[in-house]
Amino acid sequence: MDEVFAEGLSPIHRLDPRVKVVIAAAFSVVVALAEDFAVLLLAIPFPLVLIALARLNPKAVLKRLLVVNTFVLFLWFLIPLGFRGGELLSLGVLNLSKEGVIWCLRITLKSNAIVLGSIALLSTTPIFSLVHAMRHLRMPDKLVHLLFFCFRYVHVIEREYGRLLKAMKVRAFEPRSDLHTYRSYAYLVGTLLLKSSDRSRRVYQAMICRGFEGKYWVLDHFSLRRGDVVAFSLMAAWVLWLGVLQWGGIR
Amino acid sequence: MHISEGVLSAPVLAAGASLSAAGVALGLKKTPYEKIPQVGLFSSAFFVASLIHVPLGPTSVHLVLNGLVGLILGWAAFPAILVGLLLQALLFQFGGITTLGVNTFDMAFPALLSFWIFGPLVRSESQRVALLGAFLAGALAILSAGLLVASALSLTGEAFRYAAKAVVLAHLPVMGVEGILTAFSVAFLRKVRPEMLGGSR
Repeated sequence: MDEVFAEGLSPIHRLDPRVKVVIAAAFSVVVALAEDFAVLLLAIPFPLVLIALARLNPKAVLKRLLVVNTFVLFLWFLIPLGFRGGELLSLGVLNLSKEGVIWCLRITLKSNAIVLGSIALLSTTPIFSLVHAMRHLRMPDKLVHLLFFCFRYVHVIEREYGRLLKAMKVRAFEPRSDLHTYRSYAYLVGTLLLKSSDRSRRVYQAMICRGFEGKYWVLDHFSLRRGDVVAFSLMAAWVLWLGVLQWGGIR
Repeated sequence: MHISEGVLSAPVLAAGASLSAAGVALGLKKTPYEKIPQVGLFSSAFFVASLIHVPLGPTSVHLVLNGLVGLILGWAAFPAILVGLLLQALLFQFGGITTLGVNTFDMAFPALLSFWIFGPLVRSESQRVALLGAFLAGALAILSAGLLVASALSLTGEAFRYAAKAVVLAHLPVMGVEGILTAFSVAFLRKVRPEMLGGSR
């Protein structure tokens, strides 16, 4: 649950998080809606350039891609079956239709492009900075604070879970497919919920003690440097170019 | 199960986003400020719970527990699930910005249904009714999540016919596990902290 790519001194890591959030969102939406293969092929290099600039560990990036591609692989098995006619290859009951393969190729490109984009722009930012940026980008206050609390305590609760599990193992708990196992896990979950509820009460009381009046103040503000503006313009131009290629009617 | 980025069509993505936006807005409205830390910590707890793998025959499944989320959080399930999924997208790139709406709705709407339908049963005097209600809440929340994922896929295109069927089939064995887990969790909470099953109205 660590933020593997968040630390770094590269130009990408130092970019204003607001710029990153806006570009990542725009890029994802454009790629998710694009249909044209030329556009999708031009979309892939965009995050690759950013990842190279951010000097991320290529092995770690590939590992992240593995997860999406297992879902994509599942579609590769099932989509070509959904089409009738136009077989490229026929192996008894297995029909590999041309149209199905085109669908799968398009989905593969889109998924990988978007995931790469979010690795390049979002994973290279600490989550607290992203939450902060969302606050500045006018996301509803309550939602921002919910996100803040959830991320602030997720590691605390994970450690709590680790302790409870250790206590169970010390008492010779061994997971099997039986009712005893399920009951034990359910009590574990129940205990986690209980502890979270109690902790949230303590957190809230501590906030009240420090003068919380139902409003959170943002103390430090981001400042847009010239480099941020230049980077924003370059990235926005690339995303815009993809959009124009897809929908601008220019061929 | 999450739908990855780049799979669904524009109308499906837009429908999911607007339905979830409405659900989240209502959920936030019904959650007073002093409850925000509690809902936030419940999101973290359910996030951690979803990392637990329980054995099921020769394989193992990870917990979802969206039925239990609904029973405990009521309307706040929408923002809580959104936040959990957003965190998952940021930390592991499971799902993402454009599918956040669809994925949130697929999980949160069944949660809300179990709150409406089974909430009163779970709070009943009779232990047997409560456990049966909790089992059904857990099992049906998973089934409906599976059906919603499948319909998001089928609405995107005829091509997803088999993928949609496979998704529903994959959810069937999980139903039993989730039903049992939810029933035992409810039994536990009824014993130690019954007011937690009140939900937020």
